[in-house]
Amino acid sequence: MNLHEYQAKALFHEYGLPVSTGQVVQSTNDVPQALAEIGGDSWVAKVQVHTGGRGKAGGVKLVSSVDAAREFTSAWLGKRLVTHQTDSEGQQVSSIYFESLTDIAREIYLGAVIDRACQSVVVMASTEGGVEIETVAEESPEKIIRATIDPSIGAQAFQGRAMAYQLGLEKNQVRQFASIFLNLCRLFHEHDCALVEVNPLVVTKAGDVHCLDAKINIDSNAIFRQPKLDELRDPTQEDPREEHAAKFKLSYVAMDGNIGCMVNGAGLAMGTMDLVKLYGGSPANFLDVGGGVNTASVAEAFKIILSDPQVRAVLINIFGGIVSCAVIAEGIVEAYREVGVSVPVIVRFDGNNADEGREFLRASGLAIIAADTLQDAAQKSVEAARTQQ
Amino acid sequence: MSILVDRSTKVLCQGLTGSQGTLHSTQALAYGTKLVAGVTPGRGGSEHLGLPVFDTVRDAIDSTGATVSVIYVPAPFCLDSIFESIEAGLDLVVCITEGIPTLDMLRAKALLNRTNTRLVGPNCPGVITPGECKIGIMPAEIHKSGNVGVVSRSGTLTYEAVKQITDHGFGQSTCVGIGGDPIPGTHFIDVIELFEGDSETDAIVMVGEIGGTAEEETADFIKQHVSKPVIAYIAGATAPKGKRMGHAGAIIAGGKGTAEEKYAALDAAGAHTVRNLAHIGDALSQVLRS
Repeated sequence: MNLHEYQAKALFHEYGLPVSTGQVVQSTNDVPQALAEIGGDSWVAKVQVHTGGRGKAGGVKLVSSVDAAREFTSAWLGKRLVTHQTDSEGQQVSSIYFESLTDIAREIYLGAVIDRACQSVVVMASTEGGVEIETVAEESPEKIIRATIDPSIGAQAFQGRAMAYQLGLEKNQVRQFASIFLNLCRLFHEHDCALVEVNPLVVTKAGDVHCLDAKINIDSNAIFRQPKLDELRDPTQEDPREEHAAKFKLSYVAMDGNIGCMVNGAGLAMGTMDLVKLYGGSPANFLDVGGGVNTASVAEAFKIILSDPQVRAVLINIFGGIVSCAVIAEGIVEAYREVGVSVPVIVRFDGNNADEGREFLRASGLAIIAADTLQDAAQKSVEAARTQQ
Repeated sequence: MSILVDRSTKVLCQGLTGSQGTLHSTQALAYGTKLVAGVTPGRGGSEHLGLPVFDTVRDAIDSTGATVSVIYVPAPFCLDSIFESIEAGLDLVVCITEGIPTLDMLRAKALLNRTNTRLVGPNCPGVITPGECKIGIMPAEIHKSGNVGVVSRSGTLTYEAVKQITDHGFGQSTCVGIGGDPIPGTHFIDVIELFEGDSETDAIVMVGEIGGTAEEETADFIKQHVSKPVIAYIAGATAPKGKRMGHAGAIIAGGKGTAEEKYAALDAAGAHTVRNLAHIGDALSQVLRS
């Protein structure tokens, strides 16, 4: 789960990480009041969306009057921002963040992630502030300075100092950086983060180290113990179909093909999509019905898949382990009754109650195409989608 | 022979009295697994499914001699259960539970690295040595005793691979689901090393997926240390970048962790890579019959 910059900065402030004074607005009417509270006569206006690359896409602007701020706000609120990190639809802008200006002398990158290979939280810094860390890793990996946090003992001040010296920071800045390093690690652990990024971390003209941007991603598995963060969730930033699916414990990801897929298990769901592609088709989605699936959630999965107007055929691939194929079969028949299915449906059942499931579908009299094997199912789906064009 | 578990393995179940523990323990007992005890704090002294229930893992070990634990405890309490089983000195802990916070797993790994306990999972189907011992949630009937070792990050994809192996007239020595989380207790390499040393495993089927670099690390290991044929399939060739595909660990982050990179590494290591999920059995057949 992602936080907005303004939400992340509020957390930064709570943890003693230096951020600019700022105010968030959701309406143009609130702009004058927000700017008055920040003070000064120039501000940075930033659209709040869960994506990077906002600056290049026109979502960040220096404004030097209340009118200009109001104009920027009314131009962006309710619109969608498309950046090189989003799809062609972009992300909806539902709030704007205003901040006081910062005089920048130098830009640095600072970030913390869970590193899967070394099974620890790793803090990374580089002198290439403002550049995406993936780009630095690709083009000049030697510029990335790393510190591994031991899960048993936590972050240590010397690690922060060592990093500061390698970044070429000066006396007072070394102390400031070490403090930022420790507090950022504390925030990371106490809020179950998966990623915290400050890009850029800047040295101001006055010589102070300051967090100019803030990005936080929370481990979804840990939301149960972070109720305060769960309240910060912004549904406007999520794909509505993915959100809707999640309510039924279905895991759905939209794709751009025309063969809808309904599968049990994440690995098998990916494998099924790959197979469709291999036989010349194109998957419309990833959908894992999960282990706790019931008749109602199968019907819901059907509705979600069919809500995509591109879909020309639906491939259902179930290998029953905990899941019973009979339950899925009942859900399929219910979905036919409820939503009316006008595209060919191809079903492959194996494992738990596969025979019962097949028999149930056959007895229903519905025009469902039964497949004997995985390969057969993929080929029949590709063929069906082609004839429906 | 087999790896990790066999007919003499005594197993205790943490969370036996819960719905998941009850469902899958009933099936394990029917399969013939030597399930000897349950652990549910506050229920010590009672009986469930005909098994004695203890308050602590330590008590269960002292009374029954169990050396392996299977965990069905809900995610918020799982780290505590894992710590308890490691502290009690069990050889193997199999954690089925999905949804454990990643920072909890980092702490579990730190403790595991200082002890001799092995953790399989979390977020996995479990471990089975066909005909001898079933620990976990996999459907029993697709398995058959044989000479193929299976290791996988995915549950249903393992069943798919196992079914194909069985349908082609082979069987499995042991199947290990290492789970779909970003920080698994056991790495592909750990399991493949055991299969390499197992006299009754003649071939290894490895099922990976997008996300992380475990498959690439394993490719290096295979190249240097594995003499047995490895058949490898990777799921997620069509997965979009930056999207989590169901499993917590299945995400192409920063352009890293793609199926193509993994296939390239495994090809270079001399593994028999399979791009078509339906052809795992065929590929195995070719390798074992040549």
